Amino acid sequence: MSEVSPVIGLEVHAQLLTRSKMFCGCAAKYFDAPPNSHVCAICAGMPGSLPVINRTAVHYTVSTALALNCTVETESKFDRKNYSYPDIPKGYQISQYDMPIGRNGWLDYRLDGQTLRCGITRVHLEEDTGKSLHTTVDGREVSLVDYNRSGVPLMEIVTEPQLSSPGAARQFFEALRQLLVYLGVSDGKLQEGSMRADVNVSLAPANGAPGTKVEIKNLNSFRSVERALAFELERQRESLANGKPIVQETRGWSEERGITISQRTKEYAHDYRYFPEPDLPPLIMTRALVDELEASLPELPAQRLDRLQNEYALSTYTARVLTGEKELSEFFEEVLRTAPELQPVTVANWVTGDLVRLSKDSARPVSESRISPASFGRLLLLVQSNAISGTAAKQVLEAMFETGEDPHVIVNRQDLGQIVEPTALKALVERVLDENPEMVADYRRGKINVDKALMGKIIASSKGKASPQLVTEILQRKLASDI
Amino acid sequence: MARLGKNLTTMDLSYISISDSANLLAGRELSSLELTRYALERIERVDPHVGAFLLPTPEVALQQAAAADERLARGLGGPLTGIPMALKDILSTDGIRTTCGSRILADYVPKYDATVVERLRAAGAVLLGKTNMDEFAMGSSTENSAFGPVHNPWDLTRVPGGSSGGSAAAVAAGETIYALGTDTGGSIRQPAALTGTVGLKPTYGRVSRYGLVAFASSLDQIGPLTRSVEDAAIVLGAIAGYDPRDSTALDAPVPDYTAALSAGVRELRLGVPREYLSEGLAPGVRDVFMQACRLYQDLGAKIDEVSLPYTEYALSTYYIISPAEAMANLARYDGVRYGLTVEGEDVWQMYAHTRDQGFGKEVKRRILLGTYALSSGYYDAYYLKAQRVRTLVRRDFEAAFERVDAILAPTSPTVAFRLGERVSNPLEMYLSDVYTVPINIAGICAISIPGGFSEDLPVGVQIVGKPLDEPAILRIAAAFERATPFHRQRPPLQVPV
Repeated sequence: MSEVSPVIGLEVHAQLLTRSKMFCGCAAKYFDAPPNSHVCAICAGMPGSLPVINRTAVHYTVSTALALNCTVETESKFDRKNYSYPDIPKGYQISQYDMPIGRNGWLDYRLDGQTLRCGITRVHLEEDTGKSLHTTVDGREVSLVDYNRSGVPLMEIVTEPQLSSPGAARQFFEALRQLLVYLGVSDGKLQEGSMRADVNVSLAPANGAPGTKVEIKNLNSFRSVERALAFELERQRESLANGKPIVQETRGWSEERGITISQRTKEYAHDYRYFPEPDLPPLIMTRALVDELEASLPELPAQRLDRLQNEYALSTYTARVLTGEKELSEFFEEVLRTAPELQPVTVANWVTGDLVRLSKDSARPVSESRISPASFGRLLLLVQSNAISGTAAKQVLEAMFETGEDPHVIVNRQDLGQIVEPTALKALVERVLDENPEMVADYRRGKINVDKALMGKIIASSKGKASPQLVTEILQRKLASDI
Repeated sequence: MARLGKNLTTMDLSYISISDSANLLAGRELSSLELTRYALERIERVDPHVGAFLLPTPEVALQQAAAADERLARGLGGPLTGIPMALKDILSTDGIRTTCGSRILADYVPKYDATVVERLRAAGAVLLGKTNMDEFAMGSSTENSAFGPVHNPWDLTRVPGGSSGGSAAAVAAGETIYALGTDTGGSIRQPAALTGTVGLKPTYGRVSRYGLVAFASSLDQIGPLTRSVEDAAIVLGAIAGYDPRDSTALDAPVPDYTAALSAGVRELRLGVPREYLSEGLAPGVRDVFMQACRLYQDLGAKIDEVSLPYTEYALSTYYIISPAEAMANLARYDGVRYGLTVEGEDVWQMYAHTRDQGFGKEVKRRILLGTYALSSGYYDAYYLKAQRVRTLVRRDFEAAFERVDAILAPTSPTVAFRLGERVSNPLEMYLSDVYTVPINIAGICAISIPGGFSEDLPVGVQIVGKPLDEPAILRIAAAFERATPFHRQRPPLQVPV
């Protein structure tokens, strides 16, 4: 059996963060809304209704294409993609066929410490479909359709088949999501279905001939992209090893069973009968508009990574964690803006350490926690001034994450302030030494670790509130001076 | 004030024009309720023989008439306030059944008004009902209606043309003062010609298509069917204009279409396309057309021959583009959301049953044509080529309009044919639109006016204009109308009293 290598390409669909849908005035945000509550004559495909292009969706797609280093032509158009399914109310989807908004770009991503590049074939704009639901009502099996999602602006990004492993596909997908979130065009919430991917995968023999392509549809997490590809490559390898050719087909991924399942073979492939959408004039943009959109692109992940390292002297690792989530780096910079006296490195460590941990443990993004950058800054200022210990600060942070209360309020209520007053600390130390003369004697005889035990007793007697740093100083002085 | 009062019962209001009605209404000599009741009674008597209406809406009409009378009493009426009209049943009407002449929408009640309906409502129009039509506007005789054919008021054994046959017949039979139709390949002008009425197809984009149930989106256009050119101008003025809901609607100012009606044709250059006087043209229709040309010459116009060399390809182009668009436009009728649902074992069977029972033969034929023309491997040979020819047809007209101000042409190659005569021969039926289709292909405007008679049946003459040059074709049409009696002639409609 000759050597074969995986050839993987991605088709990523991202719902755009516009206020209204792609071709009508319905709200585009439908998550959790009651079924069919965000529907009008247009997105329900009622007879006689007509589409009107959402300008913002076009601008978002142009910005994305530019950020993906694509060529953006000023002339583009929409086409009808004809196929029948209950969740597409017009019997066709308005999409873009041969004149996508963006073409021929690329995006860099990281894999195993290396920067790799994957080509972008095209970026185009279309409308999302409704959602079918198969369920039982009054003991009868029925199919229901919810058109809330119908007509939500959907951007499709197609890559070149240049991803060489399941891990590469995952890393690329993550980098792409990060980019879209930075651009502000997508919320990047895979778990809510606002981003999803189809993957194309084949095994190319060493002689350079192309392998037979299999498409796996509707993968809605980074993990499932990686797992589905790993499974599929293994399935194809095994198939080839057994002398069975790969069938060109569309497969689905079963998350529970961890396998891909054949859905449709090539003979049953749709003939979409694309033709230009007669209800919409060609999409003509001025070069000036494209230039303006290019000039107003926000700071992108790679640029921010560089800037955070340079501006705040952060390590590459820390800067990477911070920029990994747009909101994390923004939180970090906002803390510094509200509390400029803090050390950037300290802030970065607290953000990438405790804050990220709390966010992960609670499965809640930092933006959805109740903590504000300003209150986070006030907490770190308490630590910096020794008003509370690092240990206490962690405790306060947890409370802040849940309640959103000001750190001072929590510190006071839970009585977490440190004793830093010298005479009080001196008295504490002296009392413990007086109560433990044998330990003092042991120390003087040279027994090791007795000072640490004494430290423990002093801190315990203060109910943990004595500043360890100051107690250590006083204790060492006492033990030394009494010799 | 001289009220018509008792004389109303003796005065024939059936063939009154929009402007005459408006004058009577404004002078309080007649109320909208009186005019509306008159029309409703006429429909009740006449329509069982004509079949122009699919759904008379007397309650809506009387309510709107009462509201119009109030508005008129306060002196707030416009040119259409209180005047009864009918709508082709392909225009979406809020709360009023809209069938498109199809079984698949037999019970469909829209939840919104088409833009034109909204505009007419705002103008104080009175809706008498929804008119019969070829299913989804596909046809030239109105025999493709799922709810029975329309009879031509001039000879009840003949067709009124189509697809807006109900609207044309209703106007010709004096059932309504005006009606709206739609024209994709001649569906306003051909029935106007066959019923002796005026039918105007505006420039593509002049009138919003929002709420017009689509047949072929790049060709469909809404326009008036009336008994005079002036009436057509008045109605066009009320329905034309930019609409943000239709991206293909033109953002061009709406002129006063009645302003230049009396300007005459002196010194105007009118072209007669050589290719239109071909062998398919019936001798009687040809005679009427030649006479019309001579009359224009007498009126001071300069008649010139022009050439539209791509004319012979226009019809085949039309029968690629329109079925292709229709195939997609009609895909939504699947039994899932509205209209007819015929159950099946699974969703695919439900689709098949619903569409098999819901659509008529001609609609199915066109869906198949369109599916074929767009199928993988055929797109370039059919659809793409048709789009290229479309450009050539448009250029034909552009070239002609460099030499002439408007073009004169027959509207239909023949007079009204007998019911059933062409149903078994689709190709022959398609040829009914050979002189009207190129205008839709080119996206320009045209009007058909009563041009005379042949075999005692009306013959239409078509005046074709440049894009947005409706004022010119209306003016040219009005000159002919002033010089001829044809538009005043009434069908010998025998109705039992």
